Amino acid sequence: MQNQEQINQLKNTVQDILDEATKQGASAAEAGLSQENGLSVSVRLGDVETIEHHCGQGLGVTVYFGQRKGSASTTDLSPVSIKETVSAACSIARYTSEDECSGLPEQELLATEFPDLDLNHPWNVGVDEAIALAIECEDAARFYHAEISNSEGASINTHQGIRVMGNTLGFLQGYAATRHSLSCSVLAQRGDSMQRDYWYTVARNAVNLESAVEVGKKAAERTLRRLQARSLSTRQCPVLYCAEAASGLLSSFIGAISGGNLYRKSTFLLDALDTQVFPEFVHIHEQPYLKGALGSSAYDGEGVATQTRDIVSDGILRGYVLSTYSARKLGLRSTGNAGGVHNLTIDTGMLDFQGMLKELNTGLLVTELMGQGVNMVTGDYSRGAAGFWVENGEIQYPVEEITIAGNLKDMLKNVIAVGNDVDYRGNIRTGSILVERMSIAGE
Amino acid sequence: MEILNLARQSILMPAGIQDGDIEKIMSRLLSSSVDAADIYFQSSHFESWVMEGGIIKEGSHNIEQGAGVRAVSGEKTGFAYSDRIELPVLLEAANNVKAIVRQGQEAQVGLTKAANWPQYYAPLNPLKSLADQQKIDLLRRVDSETRKLDSRIEEVIVSLVGVHDSILVASQDGSLVADVRPLVRMNVTVIVVQNGQREQGSMGGGGRSDYSYFIDQNTALEYGREAVRQALVNLEAVDAPAGNMTVVLGPGWPGILLHEAIGHGLEGDFNRKGTSAFSGRVGERVASDLCTVVDDGTLPGRRGSLSIDDEGTPTEKTVLIKNGILKGYMQDKLNARLMGVKPTGNGRRESYAHLPMPRMTNTYMLPGQHNPEEIIRSVKKGLYAKNFGGGQVDITSGKFVFSASEAYLIENGKITRAVKGATLIGNGPDVLTRVSMVGTDLELDSGVGTCGKDGQSVPVGVGQPTLKIDGLTVGGTSV
Repeated sequence: MQNQEQINQLKNTVQDILDEATKQGASAAEAGLSQENGLSVSVRLGDVETIEHHCGQGLGVTVYFGQRKGSASTTDLSPVSIKETVSAACSIARYTSEDECSGLPEQELLATEFPDLDLNHPWNVGVDEAIALAIECEDAARFYHAEISNSEGASINTHQGIRVMGNTLGFLQGYAATRHSLSCSVLAQRGDSMQRDYWYTVARNAVNLESAVEVGKKAAERTLRRLQARSLSTRQCPVLYCAEAASGLLSSFIGAISGGNLYRKSTFLLDALDTQVFPEFVHIHEQPYLKGALGSSAYDGEGVATQTRDIVSDGILRGYVLSTYSARKLGLRSTGNAGGVHNLTIDTGMLDFQGMLKELNTGLLVTELMGQGVNMVTGDYSRGAAGFWVENGEIQYPVEEITIAGNLKDMLKNVIAVGNDVDYRGNIRTGSILVERMSIAGE
Repeated sequence: MEILNLARQSILMPAGIQDGDIEKIMSRLLSSSVDAADIYFQSSHFESWVMEGGIIKEGSHNIEQGAGVRAVSGEKTGFAYSDRIELPVLLEAANNVKAIVRQGQEAQVGLTKAANWPQYYAPLNPLKSLADQQKIDLLRRVDSETRKLDSRIEEVIVSLVGVHDSILVASQDGSLVADVRPLVRMNVTVIVVQNGQREQGSMGGGGRSDYSYFIDQNTALEYGREAVRQALVNLEAVDAPAGNMTVVLGPGWPGILLHEAIGHGLEGDFNRKGTSAFSGRVGERVASDLCTVVDDGTLPGRRGSLSIDDEGTPTEKTVLIKNGILKGYMQDKLNARLMGVKPTGNGRRESYAHLPMPRMTNTYMLPGQHNPEEIIRSVKKGLYAKNFGGGQVDITSGKFVFSASEAYLIENGKITRAVKGATLIGNGPDVLTRVSMVGTDLELDSGVGTCGKDGQSVPVGVGQPTLKIDGLTVGGTSV
């Protein structure tokens, strides 16, 4: 209830800002206001390390004078500052060029239905309780095994944000959303080999977090299994991306079909709509209306209704990822993706992680990628990697200090299987992904 | 004192905060068991302009202001921030923060005059250094001059960014110090097309200056020429080799090697906690004796330079590695105190809403004895990497990567074909032990670096002379 009052207040302010923009001569405007509150507690070696109280706010406004655009933002929400921010945006619009594609979204694309997506579950965890929980988590990791030698600590974060946005087409909406997480990172040592790894859990509702002990144990297990990693000789072999690494692969794919890269023609998937980009069994879709999920939203960053839709079916690219501006540049309509995709989901196969290892048979399991190393224009891909060497479906030993390379266009076409070991902790929901062949460079 | 007054005017006066108010907040923060406390006030104005497709497409103006309040007791830190610079809000923040320590007597604090320290840049306001129309004219000129350079150019994107950042730090000893930090950056990206094949090239630069930086000596037009050159080189590039080989790194921006392989591992926090591959190794050999590496916040006008860090400590030229021997770490106040050493002016934070931690400023290797041509001539078969994108490091295992964006094969002592970008991977604690030649040609980067750590971004600089490394893994596809 308290949130609803706050939302209504923010809505009034947003309306005032839009009115101010109109008063200053803007033919159209869009404004967003946010307020955030949170607590972060971290412990290390059994004692408190930091307690952080977060309290932030922000206003962003975009004005249009015909088809010239100007933007401004501020963290100072005093009436004087708000007025100045609107003026700053208007002043900028005097210098930007007429751009036939700029402007607010088409009225008929704006969201009109706002189902409760179950995103707001404040966690009234006190500082002392949070400390105790973090220590329980870290202890589970520290005392898991004698080779756990040090710790970077465990931390609890809880965060609530309220966002309201409106435009001069009459759109004015807001909602509160929470996000809580628990993470732990420890070191292990055996001889000269020192390794570190971590684990975390994140959810909109704290009851859906993994237990502190579970998080700690996983952090310890993941660290221990990396000890005495070695490099590989340079070779070509199949590569299995574990679920967390696989979401990065799908994220590169989304980048390649995103409006900004498409209209700049800086993507290796130019003009790929309705063509085969994955093998036939691959099906990728967006699910913006999943209750309680991390990427759920009824509307995008411009107020355009999000869509439950196929992006890839039967391996064929069925749609792009577009904002209003990029859509107009391409002669298309917004897909409700200003700000990104919403719960991107790839349909999984029958195999769990062990099954995927068997399917890999002999090759590289990648659990971590380092560096950028992706050229969107050409699809050339070369990244640092760490993981495990697998033979006959069995993990043999940890590997590090290698790179994996290929061309994304080929890599996507050569996906052999998608596991059902889905990682639900992000906006991209995928299991592990097996790629037929890549180049490994090492010692 | 001029700087202090400027910062007072831009941060405290609009908020109606007096010195007496700062004393009140600090007194609230302090008690007998607090080892350190500070209040960090910031007002940051930021603008950006983007030209693309031959038009001025976007412009924005952003204000970030607020204050962060911190108290430290032993290894414990309490922190709160607010976007509202108001006495009651900051007193409340101080109460929250102090909860980290057991209650004690409130202490009384009086602000004192701080000693002077050298300034490495003028307190300029870049946003006001040109009229908006002149900024637009500059973008248009770069765009049109760049487009004229080659018929294969399909798109040119030019961006201009200016920051006027004022900070004020009050510490528990009563010192009140300030800094006004200008920062500008321009970037030119071009897309070229030849027989249906597309490639991209990008170049930019800047520093702690105002926009005249890009106009004097036509620096801006130079970025356009360099971006086009890189894009055209990439059109001819063949698949990069894969495997372990001799790598020669060009001067300047390839110094990102030092930043990733060595720099992060030498930050004080990781070493106090013993989580770095370099922990406990001061006095040991970590590089060949040709290598001397420094972190230097005192270079006039450089992107990574600071007159004082975000805890009010004047910056230094800190020797990290001397003739191959590890000399010391980069420190903020907290980690210096806990390790029993002096702070080195490396306590940095992204903003008032973030806690400070040890961060790099400008990290570079001092020049050596070898002529760069001689270094290339000495390689029978290897890779010459001239330019890089970003990098990353795992400070515990020491493994680091950085991605070449312009590279060539070296065959029989000569630079031959251009190869596609590839990631290079190595091990921080031993990569510099394999440095066998160091060039005379020390260069610093052009001023584009941004370093991320724990979710906080800060501007940094890197640099090095031409370096030969006997054995680094190159992640190409050509086996």
